[in-house]
Amino acid sequence: MSNQNFTGSSSLLRSLEYEGVEVIFGVPGGAILPAYDPLLDSPIRHVLARHEQGAGHMAEGYAIATGRVGVTMATSGPGATNLITPLQNAMMDSTPLVAITGQVASGAIGSDAFQEAYTTGLAMHCTKHAYLVDNADRIPEIVHEAFHLASTGRPGPVLIDIPKDVLNQVTTWTEPTLAGLPGYRPTVNGHPKQIKAAIELIEAAERPVLYVGGGVIAAGASAELLEFAEQMNIPVTTTLMARGAFPDNHPLALGMPGMHGVYAAIMAIQQSDTLIAVGARFDDRVTGKVDAFAPHAKVVHIDVDPAEIGKIRKADVPVVGDAKAVLHSMNERATSLRQGSPAPERRYWTGLISGWKANKPLHYEQDEDGPIKVQHFIERLHALTEGDAVVTAGVGQHQMWASQFWGFHRPRSWINSGGSGTMGFAVPAAVGAKVARPEETVIALDGDGCFQMTSQEMITAAVEKIPVKVVVFNNAGFGMVKQWQKLFYGGRMSASVMPTDIPDFPALAEAMGCVGMKVTHPSEIDVTIEKALAIDDRPVVIEVVVDPDEMCFPMVPAGGSNDDVITGPEDLV
Amino acid sequence: MKHTISVVVEDKPGVLARVSAMFSNRGFNIHSLAVGPTHIEGRSRITLVADAPEVEQLQKQLHKLVNVIKVHEFDSSTAVVSEVMLARVTSVASNRGAVGDTAALFGARVVDLGTDSMTFEVAGNPEHLQSFIDHMAPFGIVDLVKSGRIAMKKLSSVRPAAVSGISR
Repeated sequence: MSNQNFTGSSSLLRSLEYEGVEVIFGVPGGAILPAYDPLLDSPIRHVLARHEQGAGHMAEGYAIATGRVGVTMATSGPGATNLITPLQNAMMDSTPLVAITGQVASGAIGSDAFQEAYTTGLAMHCTKHAYLVDNADRIPEIVHEAFHLASTGRPGPVLIDIPKDVLNQVTTWTEPTLAGLPGYRPTVNGHPKQIKAAIELIEAAERPVLYVGGGVIAAGASAELLEFAEQMNIPVTTTLMARGAFPDNHPLALGMPGMHGVYAAIMAIQQSDTLIAVGARFDDRVTGKVDAFAPHAKVVHIDVDPAEIGKIRKADVPVVGDAKAVLHSMNERATSLRQGSPAPERRYWTGLISGWKANKPLHYEQDEDGPIKVQHFIERLHALTEGDAVVTAGVGQHQMWASQFWGFHRPRSWINSGGSGTMGFAVPAAVGAKVARPEETVIALDGDGCFQMTSQEMITAAVEKIPVKVVVFNNAGFGMVKQWQKLFYGGRMSASVMPTDIPDFPALAEAMGCVGMKVTHPSEIDVTIEKALAIDDRPVVIEVVVDPDEMCFPMVPAGGSNDDVITGPEDLV
Repeated sequence: MKHTISVVVEDKPGVLARVSAMFSNRGFNIHSLAVGPTHIEGRSRITLVADAPEVEQLQKQLHKLVNVIKVHEFDSSTAVVSEVMLARVTSVASNRGAVGDTAALFGARVVDLGTDSMTFEVAGNPEHLQSFIDHMAPFGIVDLVKSGRIAMKKLSSVRPAAVSGISR
């Protein structure tokens, strides 16, 4: 079969269809142009972002909302370099992503041609793998490998760089295999000996606690986690990446640990004798000072990535495997050992935890006349939506408050930038999530600083009819930077304060084809939220003018011990 | 601490860059590096001597690279270690005999001869090469280049399964 019209581009589109791709978030340009032509005739939807960074974050939002591989496409040179931030973000948060970039023609590579960049080299540190396609005949195999790599083992971003002449090369499409990956064999099932050792250790524990990370969501292991926690009677902490992996309203739920975690979650880990880490990587934002982290605990570390085990903290029982498979095996093992007898009560431990929960809950004060506190607005939004929404966030105070105060009850309802801390993530991620789950309410909780980094994607939302809701908490600057400057730089506000009235956010929203709203007084909160929730044909931007001086607590100062957590402004004096 | 690590990789573009980039990215320092094809088509072997506080983490990070097939750390008791060195030594007519005699003790071969110096090729384990350098230093070493260390498991430490090629 030799069809002169069937080119590398046709093969690429056919491969993407073969992988079940339903949407590509991208921006065209010179080198990738050949791929955009057959896209017109493909059933695959293309969402035209206004910046490649936005396209990349949309693909991430889509991937986190669905658990499927997100796809983004850009041209060579600046198109590809603009994708570096989303690639790094996806790498840090283990988000399955395939990025396709155009490259200058093979013969021009290395000549500093127009819009040439060494894309595979640039992507080397921020992808799980990167391909430069040298022959269009290899496209089916490479695309198939890329999707396999992105979605299996520890998920992550994979880049495929395709020179323009390869996109134009006449080729044929053949059913791909994975024969070309001899060195890639992720472990799924935990070793039975390790499972046995883990259960033995946990059964003997007096003060056990689960430290649940994003790996549980990636593995779709929430049901197994719930069964495990309940049958073993073990309290559960969920990291920033794991919010929603375990229902917050469950009696065993302690909430988020770490730098801005809930006191009870922080203390339960600190005082535990057995720490069961599942799909978590002992990130510095969780551990604080590593030597002082859970100092009395023996550690069971379950992770699909063997390199995470022992990287930061020695594991007494390492278990390499997929969280779902391992928790399933642990449940089986524990069930057969227990033979119907109830889980240990551990009254002393349960009592300690109840005390922490009761004495040091998350708290803030909302004055009836304002200024509005972000925490209060989030609680009202949660009440009025009954928590039934997909929530995205930018990075900073509003992100921490969202994680603290939004009660999550299901996985994949919280989409944020964890490891990378990429400001501007909320808006494009919400666009991607809404494309993935159009029937759901998708709300971006954003700050004024973050919003100004990627607000152009509201145009994408308006033009592509993706009716997301965006809340811009306007605290006149970079709230978390201001907080650090107050606490650690003698209150010297260097480059962190911005005017409250420029830009005019509702007017900006309207100019971008969205509905703009503004809330300045606590009394306007509910009515505005109701109004925004009723709009389903256009994106909505609600500016909420909030207290510019509010600080986010609890807080463990960077590099400090978790034992020295500051629970509120009252601890500062 | 220095570790000698063998990495079997797919012979694909960018693999060496990926391996060396991982080292610099993770803060491991490469002391020497030797790369070449193996007896299996499409497979190359990279032998590295690296400074790393924790060799297990280094090995795990190597394993994460998609084109890496096998990683193995050698220690001198279980491996044959070898390196080739070219050394140009000052040598005039009056001391040529002494230089030559010393070289012969090390099994070094003359590969180039000039009026005021000669170049030796010498192969062996790191101690052997260092000893050669120590003994030639008094004559004056003008230039020196090493190929990078290579290593292979000693037969005495290879398990029968590995000999038949079924072990990973």
